[in-house]
Amino acid sequence: MATDRIVNVSRRQFLKVGLAAGTGLTLGVYLPTLRSAGAAAGPGKAGGAMFKAGTFEPNAFVSIGADNSVTVIAKHLEMGQGTYTGLATLVAEELDAAWSQITVKPAPADANRYNNLLWGSTQGTGGSTAIANSFVQMRKAGAAAREMLVGAAAEQWGVSTSDVTVRDGIVRHQATERSVTFGELAERAGRQPVPVEPFLKDPSEFRLIGSHVPRKDSRDKTHGTAIFTQDIQLPGMLTALVAHPPRFGATVKSLDASATKRVKGVTDVVQIPTGVAVLAKDFWSAKRGRDVLRVDWDESKAFTLGTDEILTEYRALSKNPGAVARKEGDTDQAMARAARVIEADYVFPYLAHAALEPMNCVIKVSGDGCEVWNGEQFQTPDQMAVANVLGLKPEHVKINMLYAGGSFGRRANPQSDYVVEAANIVKAIQGKAPVKLVWTREDDMRAGYYRPMYFHRMKAGLDDAGDIIAWQHRIVGQSIIAGTAFEASLAQDGIDQTSVEGAANVPYAVPNITVDLHSPKLPVPVQWWRSVGSTHTAFAVETFIDELAVAARRDPVVLRRTLLKNHPRHRGVVGLAAEKSRWGETLPPNRGRGIAVHESFNSYVAQVADVSVDKDGSYSVDRVVVAVDCGIAVNPDIIRAQMEGGLGFGLSAALSSQITLNAGRVVQSNFHDYTVLRMSEMPDVEVHIVQSTESPTGVGEPATPVIAPAVANALAAATGKRFYELPLLVTG
Amino acid sequence: MIQLNINDQLYELDVEKDMPLLWAIRDVLGFTGTKYGCGIAQCGACTVHMDGVPTRSCVTPVGVTQNKKITTIEGLNSKTSRAVQAAWERLDVVQCGYCQSGQIMAATALLEAQPDPSDEQINAAMSGNICRCATYVRIRAGIREASRALV
Repeated sequence: MATDRIVNVSRRQFLKVGLAAGTGLTLGVYLPTLRSAGAAAGPGKAGGAMFKAGTFEPNAFVSIGADNSVTVIAKHLEMGQGTYTGLATLVAEELDAAWSQITVKPAPADANRYNNLLWGSTQGTGGSTAIANSFVQMRKAGAAAREMLVGAAAEQWGVSTSDVTVRDGIVRHQATERSVTFGELAERAGRQPVPVEPFLKDPSEFRLIGSHVPRKDSRDKTHGTAIFTQDIQLPGMLTALVAHPPRFGATVKSLDASATKRVKGVTDVVQIPTGVAVLAKDFWSAKRGRDVLRVDWDESKAFTLGTDEILTEYRALSKNPGAVARKEGDTDQAMARAARVIEADYVFPYLAHAALEPMNCVIKVSGDGCEVWNGEQFQTPDQMAVANVLGLKPEHVKINMLYAGGSFGRRANPQSDYVVEAANIVKAIQGKAPVKLVWTREDDMRAGYYRPMYFHRMKAGLDDAGDIIAWQHRIVGQSIIAGTAFEASLAQDGIDQTSVEGAANVPYAVPNITVDLHSPKLPVPVQWWRSVGSTHTAFAVETFIDELAVAARRDPVVLRRTLLKNHPRHRGVVGLAAEKSRWGETLPPNRGRGIAVHESFNSYVAQVADVSVDKDGSYSVDRVVVAVDCGIAVNPDIIRAQMEGGLGFGLSAALSSQITLNAGRVVQSNFHDYTVLRMSEMPDVEVHIVQSTESPTGVGEPATPVIAPAVANALAAATGKRFYELPLLVTG
Repeated sequence: MIQLNINDQLYELDVEKDMPLLWAIRDVLGFTGTKYGCGIAQCGACTVHMDGVPTRSCVTPVGVTQNKKITTIEGLNSKTSRAVQAAWERLDVVQCGYCQSGQIMAATALLEAQPDPSDEQINAAMSGNICRCATYVRIRAGIREASRALV
């Protein structure tokens, strides 16, 4: 069996990660106490007591009040993916709590207690790791609390712990028909010894895991009461808008703020490293002030290429071999003896995350510390970055975690860009007032940190029988990790693993494979975008294999299943999606059905898309059947939601989203020209989850990369035309 | 002074007439359920009802809203809105939630005008509201479920 050179690579593996490919999760689980050592931590009170006295706090993740409330402390950002519900499900399962008594509270930034177990000493959310890294840790947190409650009840009743049962938040002694609530036991439970190795349930005993458990954030988000960064109002707070340079790399040459300062409500105009900030008592005043600000920009060192010129350079680069990410057999020799050689070039645009809540951050300096209000994916790196700007110790930066109005990777910026900008503004006004930095949609759209533009060149050789004997895949595009703190951990032999994931580990059994990479350096800021490298590699691999199937007169499902002989989980989802979609049935004219399969973040997703194409070239995606294998399904309904939403997010990029540059300026500015999926374009979605006993893996990202190739393959089936560019335009 | 009737309460605001209603609601009055997403009536996150009609508050100058009855997510309290919100909760429609106030305002206005909408009517009424989490499958299901409860 071929050994994949690149296996399961992404942010989940950065820093000192202990996840060996293919071996499942082995986590060093440690249950820190709620009050960390040295928790006092400055005026911001990072760490420290979160609950009132008399509360049972067995560890840093669970707290049980005398009022019978159970609070789960979530170390991960809730940005829509459902992690507050998922983490709480794990705790409640082992605690045998009633779901209704559980509330979820965000953890403070604290790498000692709340690190992502797959990310070494960093606290953060990304790479679809929240449930994967928390599965054992959160269950142990719940199990430890349960054992202490049982011990307390046994002690109170003078019975053996083995005769005490717990169900739905009630602790019982069957023989004497006595029962007591968690709240009534809280104080006594706090005096029980903390179990070192709490006993975990056998999966056959799960009552919540695998069942329908309603989201914990639905009510607030349905009634307008959920609080996002945008909603924070502090006494005396100023709202800041920033004039950013028109091109990447430009700087302020001179500034005339006289008109701005005359605008009612404007209080300050300050120059900061990223531009000029206008502060006012409210958003509208700051916006009016910025509208009349006159900045002369020094563009002598600015980036001035357009998308077309970049593409020309990328095409030229693709003529030459790049750094080798995978090499098996002798591709050149096999290509030379092939009966047929098929080649294809693929083009992928820059993409903005365009979360509906544009980037923003609230920051307040007080005494010798500061407080930040934000929904962010990189709590402790952001904490460090703010501390550096303000000359503080990280533990003196208290981060109040809020919901994020979407993120899709954007709020995991390796430079902490918008958070640092907010810190620079509050520094520039000497901390005289709390500051809410607000980016307008246009600021957000034009700030860079895009999914990079890529060019792929693919070439395959088929023998006389139509079997694929050679596979060559060359990728050209900027490295996301170059120059960041992640470079050391996410680059192997000079190759940015996030550029080749999904390509270097192509699962198809082909005897001669070469995958190589060019990582040109451009000053356009780039960043991970939901499902990262797979956003482009899955499209190239999955449409190319489809093209080869047609060339070899093989059924796309049959060919995939044949070539996936060493990858049973890929095979499984292909088979399930094919079966549920009634693959192979005859379709009416102008309809097409296409399949794609892809693994990302250790989860396996196959999608079958049905499309209708009109004579004028317009088309609709009518139905998508999804099969997903993500190990044990912790919350099946949230998995379904992430499949629906994840493919919907990918469908925006498949249908119409793109960022282009004209002489270095970003062309798009808002949702009228950076178009995204709307209700009328959303297909019906049917989700099927593979029953599994494997450790659970993430679902936030893995549906996203699969939809574009599934739709492109469906369009090809309907029209006979192949598609090599995103977004997919049938006409032209 | 600008006089506003929001959620059946009269307010007097010392703001310019051209200030968009969105910022009067959010920054001056402190109702934060109504969201900013684009500022150019493209995303629908700022949707409120003005005399019952779904309206993009981000492009509606506060000056033109005098003598109009404005309802925000905080003031929703009709049979229809309760059915919509109950369906949203039962189906766990939300993900990040940022667009959902606007979605619920749009869905409520739709069902108040047309309690049993067709797919086309749902698309027409809801396609001005962007959800980047793409919760559209469940928004559609939520509208249908609320409709069943109302009809």
